[in-house]
Amino acid sequence: MSHTVTDDRQQQTHTPVALIGLAWTLVGVPLAYGLYNTVKAASALFSG
Amino acid sequence: MAVPSFLARERTIARPGFNRWLIPPAALAVHLSIGQAYATSVYKNALVEHFDASLTEIGIIFSIAIVMLGISAALFGTWVDRNGPRAAMFTSAVFWVSGFLVGGLGIETGQLWLLYLGYGVLGGIGLGIGYISPVSTLIKWFPDRPGLATGMAIMGFGGGALIASPLSRQLMNFYDPAYDGTAGTVPSGEAVAALFFTLAVIYLVFMMFGAFIVRVPASDWRPAGFDPSSVKKKSLVTSENVSANNAIKTPQFWLLWTVLFCNVTAGIGILEQAAPMIQDFFRDGELSTVAAASAAGFVGLLSLFNMAGRFVWSSTSDFIGRKPIYMVYLGIGAVFYVLLATVGSTATWLFVLCAAVIISFYGGGFATVPAYLRDLFGTYQVGAIHGRLLTAWAAAGVAGPLIVNGVLDTQGTPGQLVAANYRPALFIMVGLLAVGFVANLLIKPVAEKYWEQKATTPATARANPERSAVR
Repeated sequence: MSHTVTDDRQQQTHTPVALIGLAWTLVGVPLAYGLYNTVKAASALFSG
Repeated sequence: MAVPSFLARERTIARPGFNRWLIPPAALAVHLSIGQAYATSVYKNALVEHFDASLTEIGIIFSIAIVMLGISAALFGTWVDRNGPRAAMFTSAVFWVSGFLVGGLGIETGQLWLLYLGYGVLGGIGLGIGYISPVSTLIKWFPDRPGLATGMAIMGFGGGALIASPLSRQLMNFYDPAYDGTAGTVPSGEAVAALFFTLAVIYLVFMMFGAFIVRVPASDWRPAGFDPSSVKKKSLVTSENVSANNAIKTPQFWLLWTVLFCNVTAGIGILEQAAPMIQDFFRDGELSTVAAASAAGFVGLLSLFNMAGRFVWSSTSDFIGRKPIYMVYLGIGAVFYVLLATVGSTATWLFVLCAAVIISFYGGGFATVPAYLRDLFGTYQVGAIHGRLLTAWAAAGVAGPLIVNGVLDTQGTPGQLVAANYRPALFIMVGLLAVGFVANLLIKPVAEKYWEQKATTPATARANPERSAVR
């Protein structure tokens, strides 16, 4: 994904894909909950 | 001011191989939390009843928070840039959560001043620090797509209200079963206090999660395939750096301040009055053809466009440029305002379309401005410069409602207004957008005399943030 112009003393690291997935899920689930509720509320504009 | 070693910027520098896609969730964790500030209307009436206060006395709590946001972002921006995002997010979380705890105590004990101090002052400081820190961090991780980066973070601020509104209703219903969230029912003060304490715990966990996964890139890091020299070729985009102290001496800063002020004031003109406005535009005598439930749906729809505009328009600015996208926000926005004022009352769909586009431009203006600052002043102290620019938001937060409410007060009484009564206020907004359009056109690259010396590295800059000669 990305690289660094680095000196040899710096240790390489690896970010587990599972950690990235977990982090996105933690913010994505509440956001989806908010979106669902807002779309539900907004639908009243077209059904009312 | 030193910070504990576990929060120190040096401890957060990412090692080679770190995946930058872990940073947007960290930023979103903070912005989704502090975005609650736009969901205060769900318990406003409950507080009015609980304190036996006027709407204005309760509304002041939100105003104090937004003013403190502007002040703290301006005052602590340099501190945020120097100490890094972990210290800033941690501090923001402490202030934001303390605001809920002190505010909840104020509700529990019936002391309104504690709510002013808690949610208004302490929470407002948390808002200011929490707003700017993730933005400047993402800009550094996404030098190839700064508009996308700032759009992701600031979309979270809009999304925070979408989450907090239904969550607050459900929690207040849990603490006070007599309240079911429908019009006419109001939760008890004790339920609102319990809500504050619950939100404090939720936001503490969420924001600390963000604070501890966030990292800053090493000074020599760049994304794969990204050539910084390609950035130089775009007009207005600099590879130089300008300090926050020097930035506020440039005409570019104040022109952009004017642009943001005009764009936000115009957006607030609609947001402030959204529900009554759609009913008044389609009023026939005493009755409106738009029901209260549909008006509430309209407010929800605007929230969606506000959030979507932050991400979509800001990302688009990476391709068409920051100056052109603001020409769209302000120029096309003014056209839609004129349409709203002149033919908006002829059909509901036309009214909704115009308002939705205007609000998407309002959101886009917020999200694109940090990327515009980065183009003009570089990444060196972009957080601090962004913080100072946010005083335009605080000023617009006062000016927008003043203009709309002031004009409507002269036009008649609420509940009997019609579309024609809104026209003077809407045309004032068109004028403001025209001023912003001209200010945007006048923005040119920053003069060389304001640039930092080439020897400035992020490390030396942090050691001596005001090192640059004030030229």
